[in-house]
Amino acid sequence: MSPHAADGLSEMLGQVTGFIFPNEIEIHWGILIVVYPYVTGLVAGAFILASLVKVFKIKEVQPTYRLSLLTALAFLLTATLPLLLHLGQPLRFYEILLTPNPTSAMAMFGFVYAWYLMAVLLLEIWFEYRCDLIRMAQSARFPLDWIYRVLSLFSKDTSEEARSFDRKAIQAITIIGIPSAFLLHGYVGFIFGSVKANPWWGSVLMPIVFLMSAIVSGIALVILLYMVLAGIRREPIEMACLDKIASYLFYAVIVDFSLEALDFIHRLYQSEESVKILGSLITHKLFMSLFVIQILLGMFIPLGILALAKARGFNDDLRKLLYFTAVILIQLGIFATRWNVVIGGQLFSKSFRGLMTYKMEVMGIEGLLASLVLLALPFAILAVLVKLLPIKLAGETATP
Amino acid sequence: MNERREFLKGAIIFFPAGGVLTALAREAAGKETVGKDAPGTDAKAQPNGKKAYNPADHWYGMGVEIDKCIGCNRCAVACKAENDVPDQPFFFRTWVERYTIARSGNVNVENISIGPQLEKAQDAREILRSFFVPKLCNHCANPPCVQVCPVNATFTTPDGAVIVDAERCIGCRYCIQACPYGARYLHPKTRTADKCTFCYHRIVKGLQPACVEVCPTQARIFGDLKSRASRLTRFMRFNKIHVLKPQLNTEPKVYYAQLDGEVR
Repeated sequence: MSPHAADGLSEMLGQVTGFIFPNEIEIHWGILIVVYPYVTGLVAGAFILASLVKVFKIKEVQPTYRLSLLTALAFLLTATLPLLLHLGQPLRFYEILLTPNPTSAMAMFGFVYAWYLMAVLLLEIWFEYRCDLIRMAQSARFPLDWIYRVLSLFSKDTSEEARSFDRKAIQAITIIGIPSAFLLHGYVGFIFGSVKANPWWGSVLMPIVFLMSAIVSGIALVILLYMVLAGIRREPIEMACLDKIASYLFYAVIVDFSLEALDFIHRLYQSEESVKILGSLITHKLFMSLFVIQILLGMFIPLGILALAKARGFNDDLRKLLYFTAVILIQLGIFATRWNVVIGGQLFSKSFRGLMTYKMEVMGIEGLLASLVLLALPFAILAVLVKLLPIKLAGETATP
Repeated sequence: MNERREFLKGAIIFFPAGGVLTALAREAAGKETVGKDAPGTDAKAQPNGKKAYNPADHWYGMGVEIDKCIGCNRCAVACKAENDVPDQPFFFRTWVERYTIARSGNVNVENISIGPQLEKAQDAREILRSFFVPKLCNHCANPPCVQVCPVNATFTTPDGAVIVDAERCIGCRYCIQACPYGARYLHPKTRTADKCTFCYHRIVKGLQPACVEVCPTQARIFGDLKSRASRLTRFMRFNKIHVLKPQLNTEPKVYYAQLDGEVR
């Protein structure tokens, strides 16, 4: 820490209310660790949406299948960066892979991540795009043709037999992929939920709440990207697809809200030792981000909008507008959810007698700017991916 | 013939007596086993005749007698000097809290180690009870910080101290989150987790931790739980003791006598 940062901490001394343990002034997991579960949640959610097509054979959602996969990949590729940047000694990160502590929830991250990236997402995308890549390698010009050739791993077989194997492989990977996506994000929830020292985190519901909110955010993001991309490319939006996904989103938000409400009511009713300090935490420190942004703007209003769009026979344009508004609000709400968990869990003393304040850096490696870059990066990667790989219906492109 | 009989007589008395004397010597040595080897171990002899330190022979803990603490804060000062703890008032390996409990039931807690604070005049008649509580890492026998460390950088030594390898720590700070006692901080120079070590560099040489050494009232007692004659064992025999946050099952090895229920 620079002397400047130490000054920052001295300033924080004046912001403390009540009594805290002296080492608790510093908020150790800042905005970067808010970005991390947010991004992993989007990965898991987008993948689960994609698997609806393959496993549950929901035909309407087909237009977003490839987009969901590529979205999951773009976000997964950046998911490790916030973790890496927040380390005190980033250059030692490899130790977590070389000599992991088997009892540490965090040590498993590298393996869960690698499994998901290598065994699930990349494989599924490769099988899905193999034929397209071979076809594009033949038609594209230098150097793109070589890029496609390398991406297809120099495979050349486009026979019906090979294509049917691709389909079978995708089916199998998706079936493994759903529990893997659950594992990826449920595991992130477990990292927080297993901390018994922290009553705001330590809850058995945490992985499930994380998972449900991940599904909500992933679906909302794919709707957003689908609409934006269609707008940019001046292509028509398939309303049957959009309506279907929006209705899944509606139910996912309801389940997510019910789980969080259950968690809240359970804590309140059990009224344990920590209930007073958590009460003042949510009324003094998290009022805006919890009640206003997460619950009102991020859940109630989008639920109302989606219900309205569902119930009334609005025309296509108005429905699009409503969906668009709802998914943006939902993104905001889920980001606030992550904020409330990560930052909220560090704003009260473990003596249960006082509250701290988090002052976000703007510049700096753990600051706002770095987080915005990290949040923008997956979109840049996705832009490259959709340039390289067609997201149009597999049915149209797969036939040579 | 006579000489031989005398010799045998002497031997019959001498050898058992020697055994008794050795046993007595062992008992005597047992009283000061802090940092020295417990008797009867087959530790290697060093050139100077002393046995080499064998960590497996010890299991250290600390006792704190709350009624003896006068809040002089010398322990926290000595700790910072001994262990190169940063000066700022938000990095502590040990600190002292003052509790003032009013008749109304209001509990006021202050950390007297963070320097002079504005004294609020408090009507003495309104105070029900007041006391100081020295705090430090509890060197838990079931330490959550060790459990969560992703790279094994923090670990329990065979003699029961929970320490951090600063060369190995990646600074993820999961251990800081997992500690229920706020005993850890991120060292601003090394960018790695730092905490009380029971002055490990001192105890392996047979010295007391710095905070124990400077305590003028012997409110802090350091000792070996494996030695039946250690000061800590004696402290635990003569006091009703309690630990902090026992419900979390961390099995702390800092034992408090006269601990008030308000202390967390």
